[in-house]
Amino acid sequence: MHLLVCGGTGCRASSSDLIVDRLKAEIASNGLENDVQVIMTGCFGFCEKGPIVKVLPDNTFYTQVKPEDAAEIVREHALKGRKVTRLLYTDPVKKEHVSDSKHMGFYRKQIRIALRNCGFINPENIDEYIARDGYQALGKVLTEMDPQKTIDIIKKSGLRGRGGGGFPTGLKWEIASKNKADQKYVVCNADEGDPGAFMDRSVLEGDPHSVLEAMAICGYSIGASKGLIYIRAEYPLAIKRLKVAIDQAHEYGLLGNDIMGTGFNFDIELRYGAGAFVCGEETALIHSMEGLRGEPTNKPPFPAESGYLGKPTNVNNVETFANVAPIILKGAEWYTSIGTEKSKGTKVFALAGKINNVGLIEVPMGTTLREIIFEIGGGIRNGKKFKAVQTGGPSGGCLTEKHLDIPIDFDNLVAAGSMMGSGGMIVMDEDDCMVSVAKFYLDFTVDESCGKCTPCRVGNKRLSELLGKITDGNGELEDLERLRNLSNVIKDTALCGLGQTSPNPVLSTLDNFYDEYLSHVVDKKCKAGRCKSLMQYVIDPEACVGCTACARNCPVNAISGERKKPHEINTAICIKCGACIEKCKFDAISIK
Amino acid sequence: METVKLTIDSKQVEVPKGTTIYKAAKSMGIDIPVLCYMDLHDLGVENKPAGCRICVVEIAGRRNLAPSCSTVCMEGMEVKTHTTRVINARRTVMELLLSDHPKDCLTCPKSGRCDLQDMSVRLGIREIPGQEFAAMSTYKKDFSPSIIRDVDKCIMCRRCETMCNQVQTVGALSAVNRGFMAVVAPAFEQDLVKSPCTYCGQCVAVCPTGALTEVDHTAKVIRALADPTKTVMVQTAPAVRAALGEEFGLEPGTLVTGKMVSALRKIGFNYIFDTDFAADLTIMEEGTELLDRLTRHLNGDKSVKLPILTSCCPAWVNFFEHNYTDMLDVPSSAKSPQQMFGAIAKSYFAEKLGKKREDLVVVSVMPCLAKKYECQRDEFKHEGNPDVDLSLSTRELANLIKQFNINFMELPDEDFDRPLGESTGAAVIFGATGGVIEAAVRTAYELHTKKALPRVDFTELRGMDGIRTATIDFDGLPIKIGIAHGLGNARKLLDQVRSGQADFHAIEIMACPGGCIGGGGQPLHHGDSSIIKARMAAIYREDAGKSIRKSHENPYIIQLYEEFLGKPMSEKSHHLLHTQYFDKGKKDIYIK
Repeated sequence: MHLLVCGGTGCRASSSDLIVDRLKAEIASNGLENDVQVIMTGCFGFCEKGPIVKVLPDNTFYTQVKPEDAAEIVREHALKGRKVTRLLYTDPVKKEHVSDSKHMGFYRKQIRIALRNCGFINPENIDEYIARDGYQALGKVLTEMDPQKTIDIIKKSGLRGRGGGGFPTGLKWEIASKNKADQKYVVCNADEGDPGAFMDRSVLEGDPHSVLEAMAICGYSIGASKGLIYIRAEYPLAIKRLKVAIDQAHEYGLLGNDIMGTGFNFDIELRYGAGAFVCGEETALIHSMEGLRGEPTNKPPFPAESGYLGKPTNVNNVETFANVAPIILKGAEWYTSIGTEKSKGTKVFALAGKINNVGLIEVPMGTTLREIIFEIGGGIRNGKKFKAVQTGGPSGGCLTEKHLDIPIDFDNLVAAGSMMGSGGMIVMDEDDCMVSVAKFYLDFTVDESCGKCTPCRVGNKRLSELLGKITDGNGELEDLERLRNLSNVIKDTALCGLGQTSPNPVLSTLDNFYDEYLSHVVDKKCKAGRCKSLMQYVIDPEACVGCTACARNCPVNAISGERKKPHEINTAICIKCGACIEKCKFDAISIK
Repeated sequence: METVKLTIDSKQVEVPKGTTIYKAAKSMGIDIPVLCYMDLHDLGVENKPAGCRICVVEIAGRRNLAPSCSTVCMEGMEVKTHTTRVINARRTVMELLLSDHPKDCLTCPKSGRCDLQDMSVRLGIREIPGQEFAAMSTYKKDFSPSIIRDVDKCIMCRRCETMCNQVQTVGALSAVNRGFMAVVAPAFEQDLVKSPCTYCGQCVAVCPTGALTEVDHTAKVIRALADPTKTVMVQTAPAVRAALGEEFGLEPGTLVTGKMVSALRKIGFNYIFDTDFAADLTIMEEGTELLDRLTRHLNGDKSVKLPILTSCCPAWVNFFEHNYTDMLDVPSSAKSPQQMFGAIAKSYFAEKLGKKREDLVVVSVMPCLAKKYECQRDEFKHEGNPDVDLSLSTRELANLIKQFNINFMELPDEDFDRPLGESTGAAVIFGATGGVIEAAVRTAYELHTKKALPRVDFTELRGMDGIRTATIDFDGLPIKIGIAHGLGNARKLLDQVRSGQADFHAIEIMACPGGCIGGGGQPLHHGDSSIIKARMAAIYREDAGKSIRKSHENPYIIQLYEEFLGKPMSEKSHHLLHTQYFDKGKKDIYIK
């Protein structure tokens, strides 16, 4: 019997490592060491219900496990074969327990390719990776295929970059392979920077070898002997797992010189980011590795021609690499059978926001938003109404009710006014103010802009100020025109992808939620109730008993009134801190 | 040579492969505006960050606009440089630049010569929208002895960074901070005086705005002139006379020596002298020093250091005080002509006038900003009274002339005063790279061989190449000469000397590309390096037109030695005309 405990950062934050310790202790004290093993795996994806403990071989899926539950799991399930029903997942509609994850709404429509090993293996044990066909693809490529043949398979598979650009991966490899040089490089972009995105993190934490193997395959195809993984410093667990994986691969002769005795040399180094979103842009990433300021430079020349240290360099995203080994092993036809005409395979999405099932999912391209949000996602939290879903992070746009049945793929999302991006999906309900959402993303890009080109350095700042002006209640009608014009010029003139896409949230919300902007600007009202400056704190004279609790706690003395008589808030002085609402025992204060 | 054919504004053009759209358009008479782009072709310097986005153009089939300065022409490209889309984008980008720029044009030292101002006028910008809610990026103003940094006005064109790092290899300036607050500054935004800045002023020479300007001594000069108790004398550097005319509309390369003297007399200086006189003096001292070292070296004295390095350039002195602290006994101990002049003026000439040095004010007019720093160095003062009190740049002199209502173009040619105003052709060529060493050769040859020079012109020492070498035959003794201009080239030569690879006898270093004619205080070239070439030609024309072309034949120099100094390198000469150098090497700097 195996007890798999989720070791993704989310579940670890809820003490899943303690669960492992307690389980091991219980197993030991019950003398079960020879029969029951505890394995810490990568992310299962169902983060909403974490920490997860899965029992093999019967596939029992325990949710929201606490360290204190370890004893019961061992004594009841391991020892006596009785499931701990209170820890089983309850289907919210049918109100029944579901024991095996393949029957759950969250998992039913998922096809996990990039995440194939996450939740199944101990990422710090290379033997488990190998047991699940690990390094078979590399072996096949090195012994049975030549570089061009390998590239052809990737081309035929239709794999497109998963970092957001969607560029055909096979073509990218081919261009790099055709450029002659004495040294070439394979770079893995692990600088996942979109707020709320954790797809790459989960792959690196849960299945680091999949990336190493793919990089070696890429190196063989393009003629590179050196690989570099540029990983953001804010992912210490992923860094640790990669280091362990690289060491183990070395030990087994799967990285380094003369891999598998074929004479092919390929080694991988880690390089660390230092807190700059812009270094996820490939030229800025390369310059950061070169020790220069992390600023993008003009393309062309593209990295495939002149990249790291001026040499041909192939840069791919973590998730792109995670798809390579299965394609080699199962063939291009298999991969093309999944997905849509122009977007093959699957995509990992980080589902977050006002949704019941927050977590990591991997679905075939072509799955609709409706399926993702209402079936896999379990619908909107707290019974609220769906308003919009933001895809593509700060580079993307909002999709609304009318887009729910669009089959998701690269081109459809762009046509709908958004983009796939790296896979972040933030679900919003009626309590989300779309103007604030745009401002949130602009504030992010203003912070992260490198400052090199005028439109992004100054333009984004001005967009952010305009949005702030509007959410503060000082907006004017011409500000909306200015938002649109400035956004279009920034998109048209910015030097790199950051600036070229940062106005997308603005344009997308202007297109789909113009009424909200009008309401902020003309009526000075925020219907979602989020923009504090447009809200007023009001005491209902019918409900107020004059207990003076609010007045006594107001930090700015904005509330006046006599004892036992209804009180009043002076909105001019009120700073909307909410202290009065907290103190009122009669529910007499509301925000309008 | 491979060419490509493309269409720009519906006209076909054929250009060599690799040509940028900007240059292709220029060849057709289409003048696409550029701001950050700067091509100092004759100096081999190009600044091409593609950051300002002013030069954007439309290319058929490309989603966004392209920066024409950095986009290479491709076969069949269709470029449009002034569609409504382009013009709207360009104007919006300009508005953005101006929105984060101080509005003090009227009192800005750069007004009238500012590339940003010119561009705003050219584009017809009449208003900057949204100013009431617009933040500005502001910084502390930095006053060094020569250069003022007012980087509220920095537009991140990176020209100064390119000059300081790539050309000068000084490394005092680089881009710091991120996003809206990104600016070019010394490390940790420290003051220039704490950085390795040499005050060469090349940053000032290329800055398109008022972010980098010179310390202005004009007001102090006017006050000195107005003081009836002071005798004010002025000395003018050789490079000034070849460039001053540009400030009054004359063609670059017009010699205005006579008018310059006339103007200075009209302004009211008591004595109009010539730094060239002191240049002849420098040759006497440095030539003797060279021969002294050479003779001892040839006689087997191992303690003698060769090569001898010229030391008349204060930026260069600063550079080796920072970077070659192990070689402080290698340069010549001779002071610069500016300082030699001051020392002689306030001793020899003070005696002749019967005045105390405190009653004399020595003003220099220099193509140089480092001279402002040099004249306040402590070792160039006698009991607190500086040998040279004030140093005006060529630009400041032009302004002074205009302030004093002088119509420069109508002035007659006049002569310098005596005895400190007479100079030879050897002195005037100090202004060009290679000139100092050629002047030294003319004198050293005759002093050493005791024979007349077979030729006065040593064209093998002239030219614009960054590093030049030549062997001059001193009647059977081959003397190996090295020349570098631009501190980056100086570093290359000095590294060779340090490693023992170089076997030069004498090396001339000029910090500014082109030599003093390209100095930081000269009329701005706005990116046109042909102006520097024209000035260089003028310098050699002035030399050719002189009757006396060897420093040791200057009768007033001969008289100075007979009456006052004795002979070159005498004790008095040593005391007045020679100096020492200081260790300014890297120290640990901790920011608390």
